[in-house]
Amino acid sequence: MDQLIGYFLYFCSLLAVGGIYSLIALGLNVQWGFAGLFNVGIAGFVSIGAYTYALLTTDTSPLHYGGLGLPLAVGIVAAMIASGLISAIIGVICIRLRSDYLAIATIGIAEIIKLVLKNNSEITNGPRGINKIPRLWENFTEERFYNDWPMSWFASAETWQSIFSSLPRWWWQPCFALSIIIAVYVVYKLLEKLRLSPWGRMMTAIRENEPAAHAAGKNVTGRRIEAFILGSMIMGLAGAVLAMHLRLIEPTNTFDPSKLTFLVWVMLIAGGSGNNRGAILGSFLIWVIWSASEIVINVGIDVIGDFTNIHVGILSTRAGYLRMLLIGLLLQYILQKYPLGILPESRPTASSKT
Amino acid sequence: MWESFGFEFVNFYFIPGLVLGCIYALGAIGITLTFGILRFANFAHGEVMMTGAYVTWTIMAITGALFGWALHPLIAAIPSIFLMILVFFVVDRFFYKPFRKAPTIKVVMASFGMMLVIRSLVQILWGPNQITFVRGIAKPNGFIRELTGSLDMMILVPNKHFLIMAGTVVIVILLGYLLTSTRIGKAMRAVSDSPDLALVTGIDVEVVIRATWIVGGACAVAAGVFLAMDIQMLETTMGFRMLLPMFAAAILGGIGKPYGAVLGGLVIGLAEELSSYPWIGDSPLLSPGYKSGVAFSIMIVMLIVRPSGLFKGRTF
Repeated sequence: MDQLIGYFLYFCSLLAVGGIYSLIALGLNVQWGFAGLFNVGIAGFVSIGAYTYALLTTDTSPLHYGGLGLPLAVGIVAAMIASGLISAIIGVICIRLRSDYLAIATIGIAEIIKLVLKNNSEITNGPRGINKIPRLWENFTEERFYNDWPMSWFASAETWQSIFSSLPRWWWQPCFALSIIIAVYVVYKLLEKLRLSPWGRMMTAIRENEPAAHAAGKNVTGRRIEAFILGSMIMGLAGAVLAMHLRLIEPTNTFDPSKLTFLVWVMLIAGGSGNNRGAILGSFLIWVIWSASEIVINVGIDVIGDFTNIHVGILSTRAGYLRMLLIGLLLQYILQKYPLGILPESRPTASSKT
Repeated sequence: MWESFGFEFVNFYFIPGLVLGCIYALGAIGITLTFGILRFANFAHGEVMMTGAYVTWTIMAITGALFGWALHPLIAAIPSIFLMILVFFVVDRFFYKPFRKAPTIKVVMASFGMMLVIRSLVQILWGPNQITFVRGIAKPNGFIRELTGSLDMMILVPNKHFLIMAGTVVIVILLGYLLTSTRIGKAMRAVSDSPDLALVTGIDVEVVIRATWIVGGACAVAAGVFLAMDIQMLETTMGFRMLLPMFAAAILGGIGKPYGAVLGGLVIGLAEELSSYPWIGDSPLLSPGYKSGVAFSIMIVMLIVRPSGLFKGRTF
């Protein structure tokens, strides 16, 4: 039984992280799939969202600024707004230039954000990061939540305590995973609506033939900036959820560009850029491959360790890089052989309902 | 005057800035040529720099183990240059060439992927930890110190800094000769200025592309080795750290303009070092932690004010 619960909880965490990657990939799909904007600073936008959420919602702490203890929803909305604001600045400057410049600028802004988070210790606690970030569902078991409204309206602190102590320790895990999946579904539905709307069609037109769209009187730069901001806001939302999931964030390893930016790009390209369903499928697929490859490589290392006298420690520190190498080669292969991805983009026909 | 202001300024800010600028300049030459001739921002350039330095270190270590004395980095860099040019050729053949007719963003994406592939390959082969490149404390060059000391303007230049600056001057002069006086150099400039016109005049673009990788690769390895000589160690992230300043230098100088890249590199390097000089009061003007933000700000300002760069390069 315990083992079954273990598998179930592993499944829940796969689902949760896969859902977070899906959110980022959906955001990237708005930028790249819809508008053709090449953003390689994903880690930066996600970290802005995560830090905004963390600073606003954690309990007061002497280590970093505030810990304002605001409601979780406020933190999530603020995370989206913060990410959107940063992207608006970058977008206004770089979007009129060709995509290469946007790529350079976004990779730069991600580095700058990392520098700011690392160096402003009095606000962000520097490289040591922010701890005890409230996680949806699990936070209800924390004292400061059940002592305060709205939970105190329904039952007294003692009742809540007894309810939580009667539940198994992991009760919040499936709820958390489910909430993420619902969030992915909501974002997906909204983006599908957007894709089929006049705005979405205009985006496709701009991406495919900019001069023609321009000649038809469309505000090309304006629409592109809108798409860039919208995508970054979704990334900010994903950042807030990531902060919830991890509960401890710090500027460098948590937001490692190779694991966020690069992996998300592989997910979107593999799933099918321009297709929202493809973005979600690619995220879960690549995430499962990525997690499974860790297990496979670890087993392989154990086998090598059993039959030879090579030091296993050296192998396992380098195995992570082998995974990165293989994922990189996978990207190259998909780019050349299946540029459309698993689920290619489907254009709305002229008669389809909006 | 010299004692109160100049000594500290020149020796601890200006010369290190110049050295850093030389390294950026050499790296930016490759980036600007690739951008100008192949028309894409090569994100893998920094990683090739880094790999070149690792290969150089390996050659030094092998000769050290075989003969008991390690080669000087500058000599060990020569076989490393050939190897890295080969790497550029292989990468171009298998990962960039398939996209030559496709929209450029595809090849930018491929180069972004190559950045990770090359870096993880280095991390697998050499391990993720720092490696000491050259041991010991770099002492200032005695001759220069005596000479300038007798003029009451003591300048402290370690031999490594002197070699880096001299090496950069030699490479830039050779590059200037190549670009202005040889057939292939003129062809490279022609393709960079107008690819259609160059094609009409019968220039073989593939040959020009190969020449671009050779020049870019040689400069990249030189930059990587100079960087390793300067900081005296090797890290797998050092190429990525150089990438943004090098792009900034290429954009500042104007895309496709090698001399612009050299000037841009020097400006960026100096700006990064001088930004932490206590211009106002006693504390550094900008905390050294934000050094790499300087290059980025210069680049952003340049993109707003004058995207074509100082030397009127291409804009896309």
